[in-house]
Amino acid sequence: MTDVTFILHDGTRRIVDVADGISVMQAAVMENIKGIDGECGGCLSCATCHVYVESLEAGELPAKDPDEDALLEGVAAELRPESRLACQIVMSPALVGLVVRVPERQV
Amino acid sequence: MVDRLVVIGASHAGCRLAFAAREEGFEGEVVLIGAETAPPYQRPPLSKGYLKGSVPLAALRLKSDAAFAEARITLRLGTTVTAIDRAAKEVVLAGGERLAYSKLALTTGARVRRLSVPGADLDGVLHMRDLADADALAAAAKAGRRAVVVGGGFIGLEAAASLRGLGLDVAVIEAEPRLSARVFPPRLSEWLRDLHEAHGVTVRLGAQVVEIVGRDGRVAGVRLADGTKVSCDLVVVGIGVIPADDLARDAGLAVDRGVLVDASGLTADPDVAAAGDCARHPNPWAPRPGAPIVLESVQNAADQARVAAAALFGRPTVHDAVPWFWSDQYDAKIQMAGLPDPDDEILLRGDPASGRFSLLHLRDGRLAAVDSVGWPQDHMAARRLLATRPVVDRARVETHTGPLADLCSPG
Repeated sequence: MTDVTFILHDGTRRIVDVADGISVMQAAVMENIKGIDGECGGCLSCATCHVYVESLEAGELPAKDPDEDALLEGVAAELRPESRLACQIVMSPALVGLVVRVPERQV
Repeated sequence: MVDRLVVIGASHAGCRLAFAAREEGFEGEVVLIGAETAPPYQRPPLSKGYLKGSVPLAALRLKSDAAFAEARITLRLGTTVTAIDRAAKEVVLAGGERLAYSKLALTTGARVRRLSVPGADLDGVLHMRDLADADALAAAAKAGRRAVVVGGGFIGLEAAASLRGLGLDVAVIEAEPRLSARVFPPRLSEWLRDLHEAHGVTVRLGAQVVEIVGRDGRVAGVRLADGTKVSCDLVVVGIGVIPADDLARDAGLAVDRGVLVDASGLTADPDVAAAGDCARHPNPWAPRPGAPIVLESVQNAADQARVAAAALFGRPTVHDAVPWFWSDQYDAKIQMAGLPDPDDEILLRGDPASGRFSLLHLRDGRLAAVDSVGWPQDHMAARRLLATRPVVDRARVETHTGPLADLCSPG
């Protein structure tokens, strides 16, 4: 289990303890983090789990799949260098201190 | 009087609606009733990653226990509703318990259509709808060597691809002269057939299953109308679903292959809403705009559930989101935006042989739907562009490889 901090659009911070092998999208949907829809269930089809990675203390995020890049081009909120699809960040104990910011909107 | 929202059906639409009720500020009780014993889970991965074993069960959970508790949503799993008493405003549960409601939501989903041929109830004839189906199919796939998939729609083709990935011999039997004919233009049907054949699947088109042949009570093969027998150890039936509208019909609500609701998701009874696969609703994206249709998709379930929750609690809005769908087969990502009409003019963009192309559907000269293969940018762009019903620069469709938006103008 590893903590992920979500900063909601209204600035509220929520910390979720995520089981290994579960994606940040899945955890957000399961814990009802407002602003992350994850409608396709992590199949890289919908781009409704866009987040901004604010910080990571240790470990390395997985590289972006070309499909992730392609979907990110079409996200509703502003695309930034730190934009990721949360479904592609699968948690493991190696990822320490992950903080992600939820964008204003997904669609 | 009781202040309680009862939601019948605990899948995508039901879960979304229950949480949306809280977002609408509803402070009363929320009871979410599910017939299955498993806590609410995501269905799309069942025929894809879950079947192949790449997505674990834990990752399928829709909401955690903590999330239900925090939103004060009471889950009643393994619970079947047998009737709705609208006069008394109560739902009747199997066993006789009566549960009063002030607001009621029907998110009962759909049931699989079953083959009505001899042998259809043999061991080894499987469907693909819920978790139990997926588990049964995964177990059968482990033990089996040859599978026949009846139906060349999304579910059948996804199952075929997953079973192929598990090393089985697979034959797809489709009654229509082409695959996924209900949703795709011929060009995409042909491409899909090539895709599946390239992966070693036998595709039989225009073929009617007349019997499932058994041996010792188990499937041994299927017999086709032309007399051909295809041997197999398991049969996956994916020939569509039927909206689960019986409860509504028996309660005197209007149904027509689905519970009839208005654009806000309400039935004629203002205290009763319906959403998701069970709800027939007027949709502005239907080929005949505003015609009542049923959409079977997670996106529709989620969007319609939000709208229905708002309407139940005094904030009626219109369900008008651009419909979109997706299907993953092997490594191919197939994405659709908008709703197709068989009469659409189809323009091809990109090269099907490259695995990256889109089919633009034109209706009355305007962009009405886009099917994309291996081109997520086009799909994302289409979801946004369709809302404006743009005209398309036909002359450049074949040659322009840049953004789809470049080809579109308000006209």
